[in-house]
Amino acid sequence: MITTETPLQRDRARTIFEKGARGRRAFVAPALDVPAVDTTELLPARLRRGERARLPEVSEPEIVRHYVGISKRNFDLDSGFYPLGSCTMKHNPRLHERVAALPGHARLHPLQDAERSQGALELMWNLQQALAEVSGLPHVSLQPSAGSHGELAGVLLTRAYHEDRGETRKKVLTPDTAHGTNPATVTMAGLEVVKLATNADGGIDLDDLRAKAGEDVACLMLTNPNTLGLFDRNIAEIAQIVHGVGATLYYDGANLNAVMGLSRPGDMGFDIVHFNLHKSFTQPHGGGGPGSGPIAVSERVAPYLPLPVVAREDAADGGEPTFSLEHDRPKSIGRLRGFHGNYGCFVRSYAYIRSLGGDGLKDASEVAVLNANYLLARLRAHSLPNGRTVADYLPLAYGELCMHEFVLSGGPMKQELKIKTLDLAKRLLDYGFHPPTVYFPLLVDEALMVEPTETETRETLDAFADAIAAILAEAAQNPEIALSAPYSTPVRRLDEVAAAKRPVIRQALD
Amino acid sequence: MSRYTAITAADLDAMLDAIGVDSVREMFDRQIPPAVRLDRALELPDGQAEQDVYAHLSQLAARNTSAEDELSFLGAGMYDHYVPAIVDMLIERSEFLTPYTPYQPEISQGGLQVMFEYQTAISELTGLPASNASTYDGPSAVAAAAYMAKLHNGRTRIVASAGLHPHTMQTLRTYAHGFGMDVVEVALRDGVTDAAAWEEAIDAETSAAIFAQPNFYGAVEDAAALSAAAKGGGEGDGPVGGANPVVICQADPIALGILAAPGECGVDVAVGEGQPLGNRLDFGGPSFGFFAAREEYLRRLPGRIAGETVDVDGRRGFVLTLQTREQHIRREKATSNICTAQALNALAGVVYLSWLGRDGIVELGELLLARTHYAREKLAAIPGIEKLHSQPVVREFALRLDADVAAVRRRCAADGVNPGVDVQALSGREEDRGVLLVALTERRSRADIERLADVLGAAVVAERREAVAA
Repeated sequence: MITTETPLQRDRARTIFEKGARGRRAFVAPALDVPAVDTTELLPARLRRGERARLPEVSEPEIVRHYVGISKRNFDLDSGFYPLGSCTMKHNPRLHERVAALPGHARLHPLQDAERSQGALELMWNLQQALAEVSGLPHVSLQPSAGSHGELAGVLLTRAYHEDRGETRKKVLTPDTAHGTNPATVTMAGLEVVKLATNADGGIDLDDLRAKAGEDVACLMLTNPNTLGLFDRNIAEIAQIVHGVGATLYYDGANLNAVMGLSRPGDMGFDIVHFNLHKSFTQPHGGGGPGSGPIAVSERVAPYLPLPVVAREDAADGGEPTFSLEHDRPKSIGRLRGFHGNYGCFVRSYAYIRSLGGDGLKDASEVAVLNANYLLARLRAHSLPNGRTVADYLPLAYGELCMHEFVLSGGPMKQELKIKTLDLAKRLLDYGFHPPTVYFPLLVDEALMVEPTETETRETLDAFADAIAAILAEAAQNPEIALSAPYSTPVRRLDEVAAAKRPVIRQALD
Repeated sequence: MSRYTAITAADLDAMLDAIGVDSVREMFDRQIPPAVRLDRALELPDGQAEQDVYAHLSQLAARNTSAEDELSFLGAGMYDHYVPAIVDMLIERSEFLTPYTPYQPEISQGGLQVMFEYQTAISELTGLPASNASTYDGPSAVAAAAYMAKLHNGRTRIVASAGLHPHTMQTLRTYAHGFGMDVVEVALRDGVTDAAAWEEAIDAETSAAIFAQPNFYGAVEDAAALSAAAKGGGEGDGPVGGANPVVICQADPIALGILAAPGECGVDVAVGEGQPLGNRLDFGGPSFGFFAAREEYLRRLPGRIAGETVDVDGRRGFVLTLQTREQHIRREKATSNICTAQALNALAGVVYLSWLGRDGIVELGELLLARTHYAREKLAAIPGIEKLHSQPVVREFALRLDADVAAVRRRCAADGVNPGVDVQALSGREEDRGVLLVALTERRSRADIERLADVLGAAVVAERREAVAA
């Protein structure tokens, strides 16, 4: 057992507010070049601050040292394998950062006139077209800021669609495997969640769906492949049942990386799709954003799309087409945020689509599924010194093969080795891997959700399988090692209960 | 093998063998029914080499007129402040750029500490103790605050000042329809929220009362007076006998360096657009929305919150906390649906605020006050141009032109000057006809202001002459 502290552990956390000294600074204000005036006359005292905001007082070198220093307390995708299920942590090409930083994109004001932002509008239009083609749904709005924001757009669209037909439908069906954002969104959109059961194959229980699908159902929200990493083979029948009662079918695009160029939500019968550009289309995740959640919809839902949408007009004389922001859709649900969406993310994802092309996107999905199945097979076959296999302790929860991710159950491991999925995850940190998603989906006992993505090498997948096997072998000898892990990280297990009970959410200042 | 993958022919054989299928095709055939398989190639342009993609994206960029290419006074929610080089350098670091949301705190202390520091900075700026770790942007933060008000008091009426940015008002209406809330708009008078109408509109059924600081037309509002009026004169002593509405202020974070902090003014929730704090214009995003509130709202805040704690050995550390508010735990009972927010943009924000520092943000604010005042007086002295209002302004002000704004802007553009935002084109309001919104940042010098006055003045004169001739 490790008892000495590593250098990072010895270096205790101090915030930027605890560094520096009164009067220290980085900023130099431009010279006052207009006539000096008594600014208290320009802004009377009663409208002014009493006390200055106690922002840090630090020099530029201190700022650099501080943030570079704390950055080293992060694990990141560029440093190692990050098989976080449902999050699609694929390589983030640096080309994308380079093109997004070009001043013509980065310093373009959102209220620049359309005729002087044709490059940006053309880019957005091209991206709309590409997303329409990938999803099989013709109309796209790029506005939503993230997946959950796209979901909100989608449920509000559904509501608008029904309201426009004079119908009040309150219920939204979501499977019990759904991402938490689905039910949270439904409530925000003023509708009610009705849960659907999962069948023995990991798909939607059709009997339960038939029983609950009625004239009061507005929508079914579905992820396909679902959060178990399984493609629901009954999708055509599900679509038939849902459309049969006049409801819409919503596609949570978090798992789109499994099917690009292979199967399209529109062809499966979905009416509304959201994309996570920060997943399938490799916008870097930034430690919790920014993301981008465009939506694509069918003809019947198109009149309600959020504004604005980019439109293209071909020149009558065969010249260059022009692009504009279309604001005039009387039935639109309206706006979901300021301006046109996260354009900086569009630039990156568009660059990705242009780099890969249609064949490349398909290949990306094929390799993502290949890598997932290979890792699953490697784990299953891995034998342990005690004569057992990894699969004895971490069986696949549902199915035989998987799509781009798979879900193992840590139930037997907990029973037999006395370590939980959480302990396995914490021990993986000492092996230099980011753990998979844990305890999701909720219906799998001690769930471990693994998504390797297409950008990993076979060697990395082998090394990860070996690490899992090593941890299980170690636990068979001495579970205490995993129970107290991690040892090598900048901090060890943290007291989350205390943090929530007595919340300290800002630095106290003198 | 496509870009960014690494599977050789030898790898493929070994992997298929391990999986127990003969081909990739079989792997999919066993999972996806033929009826929903795409049996053709995607109709997209062929993939290109890196340098070709660069050239294409570069050509698109060249067809945009950015703030680099003209003398721009565009604002109205996003501003061309200088972004210091250290911001670019830090947000491009792999350790900040490429991780996911910090679900494993032991290996995410960097990102979590940034959130904690960011929350501290926002708390200081707003004078409110409980900040989250970011929301999407300013307008959606206002909508999220209205939802929090409904969760807090169960009421459904929103009273909103017409001084909110049109995008904020439109976003609020979209969300409010979903929440089952109604929005009542209070008009402006002399450029600021009409105090009498505001007080009149707020009743015992009012859930939230929302105003902008400074407002969309640049005017500094009397935040303390608006808060007091909304609360019927004292804490707990609500209008018409009811409990107080939640008072929400959408504030500009740069202006907050010198303006009375919302928390000092009796405001319950301060939200706003974070772009001015070290974030690029990026044609409108990504940036971030900030969201801070009084302590009593802590357990209803939307989005992520970082909190301080200790590890098993007693070392200080940070975790995502109060997660029982969140969608992945509380599902349909969550306080918001936010999962991915704007962490990297918030990092840019806190680095920028550290760079400005305690005194720098005041110096910046004072400089903007002086230059904005100078520009406003200079422009308003031109025949055919007058101030829309005479209220105090910080770095943006509205003018009324006695000429067609679109035509004037076209003339200015020909001279390489973008004089500001055509307000009616943005708001669609008839009363905004002729209104030009002019924004400054520290990047616009006195010489730039003189040039704006020359070019805009000449354009207005020319347009009026043409109008008379017609």
